Amino acid sequence: MGELLDVALRLAVVLGAFLLAPLLVGQVEHKAMAHMQSRVGPMYAGGFHGWAQLIADGVKFVQKEDVVPAAADRTVFKIAPAVALLPYLVAMLVIPIGPGLVGQDLDVGIFFVLAVMGVGVIGTLMGGWSSANKFSLLGGIRVAAQLMAYELPFVLAAASVAMAAGTLSLTGIVMAWEPWWLLWQAPAAIVFFVAGLAELQRPPFDMPVADAELVFGPYTEYGGLRFALFILAEYAGIVVLSALTAVLFLGGWHGPAEDQLGWVWTLVKTGLVAFVVVWVRVAYPRLREDQLQRLAWQGLVPLVLLQLAITAAGVVVFA
Amino acid sequence: MSIPGTGLLKGLVVTMRNMTRRSVTAHYPDALPALPPRSRGVIALIEEKCTSCMLCARECPSWCIYIDSHKDVIPATTEGGRDKSRNVLDRFAIDFSICMYCSICIEVCPFDALHWAGEFEYAELDIRELTHEKERLREWMWTVPAPSALDEHAEPAKEIATAEKAVERAETAEPRSVETVETTRERDHPGEGGK
Repeated sequence: MGELLDVALRLAVVLGAFLLAPLLVGQVEHKAMAHMQSRVGPMYAGGFHGWAQLIADGVKFVQKEDVVPAAADRTVFKIAPAVALLPYLVAMLVIPIGPGLVGQDLDVGIFFVLAVMGVGVIGTLMGGWSSANKFSLLGGIRVAAQLMAYELPFVLAAASVAMAAGTLSLTGIVMAWEPWWLLWQAPAAIVFFVAGLAELQRPPFDMPVADAELVFGPYTEYGGLRFALFILAEYAGIVVLSALTAVLFLGGWHGPAEDQLGWVWTLVKTGLVAFVVVWVRVAYPRLREDQLQRLAWQGLVPLVLLQLAITAAGVVVFA
Repeated sequence: MSIPGTGLLKGLVVTMRNMTRRSVTAHYPDALPALPPRSRGVIALIEEKCTSCMLCARECPSWCIYIDSHKDVIPATTEGGRDKSRNVLDRFAIDFSICMYCSICIEVCPFDALHWAGEFEYAELDIRELTHEKERLREWMWTVPAPSALDEHAEPAKEIATAEKAVERAETAEPRSVETVETTRERDHPGEGGK
């Protein structure tokens, strides 16, 4: 009975984090982006500096009519948002916040997370394909091309840190982490973060939804709650990517007073990485489609291969 | 040859520096804007100064000024004298739904009966409400700001400059009577003697 309660509690906490954290990131994006552009952002919803803006947005989305285009592939069209969103919930289940503070500690955690994050992109591709709209289709194809190009450096960068730690378990990787890895694994960290951004289709890698070219890419035909789910998936993706970057490359719960405050350190590092995601969005313009492919194949893949070689040498020398 | 990536870092620095500065947003409904002098908000009318000469209504490019008036006869006060007549303003209205705020009516008014006021919050739900009758135009007069002070090194007002010049000329020339000075001024600046 106690075990069942424990599982239920863990699931409830993960679900709560899954619902809350993306909203926090979204609010930070609203306000930080506004101030970076000399604006103030939402100011009215909720009274104090527009803290309830995203809740108000959610209420508005729920009220909207659920429209499915006549020519659309109805079933695929309808389940696409769920396919896009759920993988991030599952991924959050295995990301450790502190020693023992994890939804479910998997031995193949890193492998599981990477596999599941790949599925998330499929949701967007499904939406683009089933919408019966040329802009959606073009956006979907771009998503596919982007997934092809960036999944490889993404996985290789994660593999580098797994090699260094000698385990696929996320908890194990954090246990094995030492501060000098910040330098040793720096190229992998950068590649992981950049490739993750590209996989989430965040600016400057938002060609699939490039609004000046493709209306809103795969999401063009979506409205109301389904659209909101896609957007929520984007922000949940930011949370998962930030948490993964913090856990794999920034040492997770390692920090001063880590025995008591370990989980705070993980959350602080995750928050900082999420802020960088927003920061990068404001600072850089969107890449062109060919620049995107060139960055992946001529920049990130060679870099991460070099990193793998360095990691291998390091492991052999120090082990 | 610069180190690759410095441009990217510079971009990040610019946005971060911007974030630490105060934003430039004007919080309008919560804080009223500081309007510049001579703001064209709404046109105010001093009804007593208006002679219903119709100049404003005729010059208005969008025909948004309505004037109705009638002549009042003032009987002669002396025996055998002539009756005087006087224009009485019955209606003066400006339709702000047509007005394009060109300021021509105000410039053309010979009696300074029309003025700009800075008020701009007179939106209505019904377009007909935007036609302000003379009572409402008179009310706007209370919101007309005082004339703004001249800039530090600006020329003095034309009237003052003219008067000073006249005095100067009177002092340098041989002493003349006051009437002569008046005549000189009339000759130099025809049309301004009446002011």
